[in-house]
Amino acid sequence: MAEGILVVGEVAEGKLSPTTSELLGAARKLGAGAVSCALFGPDAAGLAQSAAAAGADKVYVVDDTALADYTTDGYAQALAKVIEQASPAAVLLGQTDVGRDLAPAIGARLGVGVAMDAIELSWQNGGLQITRPAYGGNARAVNGFKSTPAVATVRPKSQEALEPDASRQAEVISVAGAIDAAQIRTKVVNKTKAAAEGIRLEDAEVVIAGGRGLGGPENFAGVEELAKLLGGAVGVTRAVADMGWRPVSEQVGLTGKVVSPTLYIAIAVSGASQHMAGCSGSKNIIAINKDPDANIFKSARFGIVGDFKQVLPPLIEAVKKIKAEG
Amino acid sequence: MHIVVCVKQVPDWDIPPSSFKVDEAAKKVVPPQGVAPVVSQFDAIAVEAAMRVKDVKPDTKVTILSLGPASARDAIKHGLAMGGDEGVLIDDASTLDGDSLATAKTLAAAINKIGGVDMVLCGRQAVDWDMGVTGTMIAGILGWPVVTIAKSVTVNGSVTVERVLSDGYETVEASLPAVVTVSNELGEPRYPKLQQIMMAARKQVQVWTAADLSLDGAQVGQAGSQLTLDRLYQPVSETQVELMEGDTPEEQAQNLARKLREAKLI
Ligand SMILES: Cc1cc2nc3c(=O)[nH]c(=O)nc-3n(C[C@H](O)[C@H](O)[C@H](O)COP(=O)(O)OP(=O)(O)OC[C@H]3O[C@@H](n4cnc5c(N)ncnc54)[C@H](O)[C@@H]3O)c2cc1C
Ligand SMILES: Nc1ncnc2c1ncn2[C@@H]1O[C@H](COP(=O)(O)O)[C@@H](O)[C@H]1O
Repeated sequence: MAEGILVVGEVAEGKLSPTTSELLGAARKLGAGAVSCALFGPDAAGLAQSAAAAGADKVYVVDDTALADYTTDGYAQALAKVIEQASPAAVLLGQTDVGRDLAPAIGARLGVGVAMDAIELSWQNGGLQITRPAYGGNARAVNGFKSTPAVATVRPKSQEALEPDASRQAEVISVAGAIDAAQIRTKVVNKTKAAAEGIRLEDAEVVIAGGRGLGGPENFAGVEELAKLLGGAVGVTRAVADMGWRPVSEQVGLTGKVVSPTLYIAIAVSGASQHMAGCSGSKNIIAINKDPDANIFKSARFGIVGDFKQVLPPLIEAVKKIKAEG
Repeated sequence: MHIVVCVKQVPDWDIPPSSFKVDEAAKKVVPPQGVAPVVSQFDAIAVEAAMRVKDVKPDTKVTILSLGPASARDAIKHGLAMGGDEGVLIDDASTLDGDSLATAKTLAAAINKIGGVDMVLCGRQAVDWDMGVTGTMIAGILGWPVVTIAKSVTVNGSVTVERVLSDGYETVEASLPAVVTVSNELGEPRYPKLQQIMMAARKQVQVWTAADLSLDGAQVGQAGSQLTLDRLYQPVSETQVELMEGDTPEEQAQNLARKLREAKLI
């Protein structure tokens, strides 16, 4: 009998990724039996205790040199082995680079239904039910699963991690049987990391977002200055990334990053649903836009209807003054 | 070289949010009145990726494949006007409204029937359900490797793909045949010229049913789906914006800074 929830864990900078902890927290909250975590690659075994502390009852470790780089074929093979052994009722992955790629691959391999980018999870009549945004965030779809295991990816920051409990113990299971490297038909030949300076966009408590209305890359100076002043990161819309004004790694939205800062200041951003998909979890959205009907105002707490060229310099001055007053 | 590009026809997404409507009882989106459906954004970019291969290797054949209602012929015609050679439309009511797995099975069967295909290009996700799985599932069903979210696709015996990652890029090589899904970072799709649109009208579009693909009704569409759609609705947002007063932009800016301070946000 298929039972319990399997979370596909990810490693970020040698640690269990925050999204993995969120998924483990969500899996526990579902109350659908034992929670397991699958960990792949050379760092995996060392992170079993972190997974336990975050809520896992069992940790399945697949440590194989063939899993050092993420490849669809290698990870799908590894995950299929874990699923076979753990026989879960549902498999949860993050809507991350890995989850986006791996979830449909495992779905096709097992011939089961897959739902992507869930923002709500529930357990109904012994099965997973998820709610996900569709139509660029304009609609919400609620999906159930006829096949087992149910496979779903979950939007980062949509779920809450548990307070880590170092005293929690998990059974650690090392999954036997090597990965067949001959079945890995893709090869990573090069990786380029976007130059990241300052605070990571996904972790920032303050995000200053600039849109196409800024008119050109030179006008991001003010955005950067405000971000620096508030200890935040710069985010952009896809329009800005597409024009090459800023790197794609700064894109916020459905096909970019998901952020949930305390303060999100959107400057000359129209607030298209696909952009809001990446920032609607922000605690306070502030909008500066010259169009009073811009969609962004529908999600904003405070707003200024005006030209950023006239509003941004005095805003920076006023913030500086407040900061100086302490 | 024979490339198949999978294109889906979707409701135009470039409409004011207020004209987006859902029929909750039918669990369907109500297409906006008087706005024609369009080729899903990333699928036009997938056609562009195929044409860039053909630009370099002119003997490449590009087939545009779509599963949809009769109107999806327009999506195929758009791909043909961009430079595709032939079209295939799976037009069979029993195949409509399936989940991604059922759709992928049907498309994979069509790709097998087309035969001799070296590469399949899909969009990274369809602009209606935003699922982003069909391309990978087609690869799984065909037993081919897959590379997702491409910003460039180069063919030279094998295929080399630059993938977009959240913190950069990676270059991945795959053996052919393979499936590649394409993202907007590849660039704008070419705009067909009038003459190309006229030429496309004369290009052949074959029309197949599930039976032509040796699939029975239980394998396709809703009957063949593993996902259920239990509810479809429009989220409501209840935020009420407080606009900053002030006779000048300076005053507005100062008021905003003060509000942010009062709310302990700065
Ligand atoms: C499938 C899909 C996925 C997508 N994914 C994403 C995504 O991940 N992230 C994303 O951001 N977008 C995404 N998009 C694109 C999205 O639909 C919008 O096109 C995009 O977000 C618009 O960017 P923008 O607000 O910068 O530009 P615009 O929509 O052009 O808005 C510019 C704004 O600036 C204002 N403005 C102009 N001049 C000034 C001035 N002087 N002062 C003040 N305001 C001014 C205007 O009033 C306007 O509101 C996606 C689209 C699709 C179809
Ligand atoms: N009905 C369809 N006809 C042709 N191609 C499709 C269809 N549905 C999905 N696809 C392809 O699969 C991609 C991903 O779709 P999805 O998994 O639905 O987001 C799309 O961008 C298309 O390239």
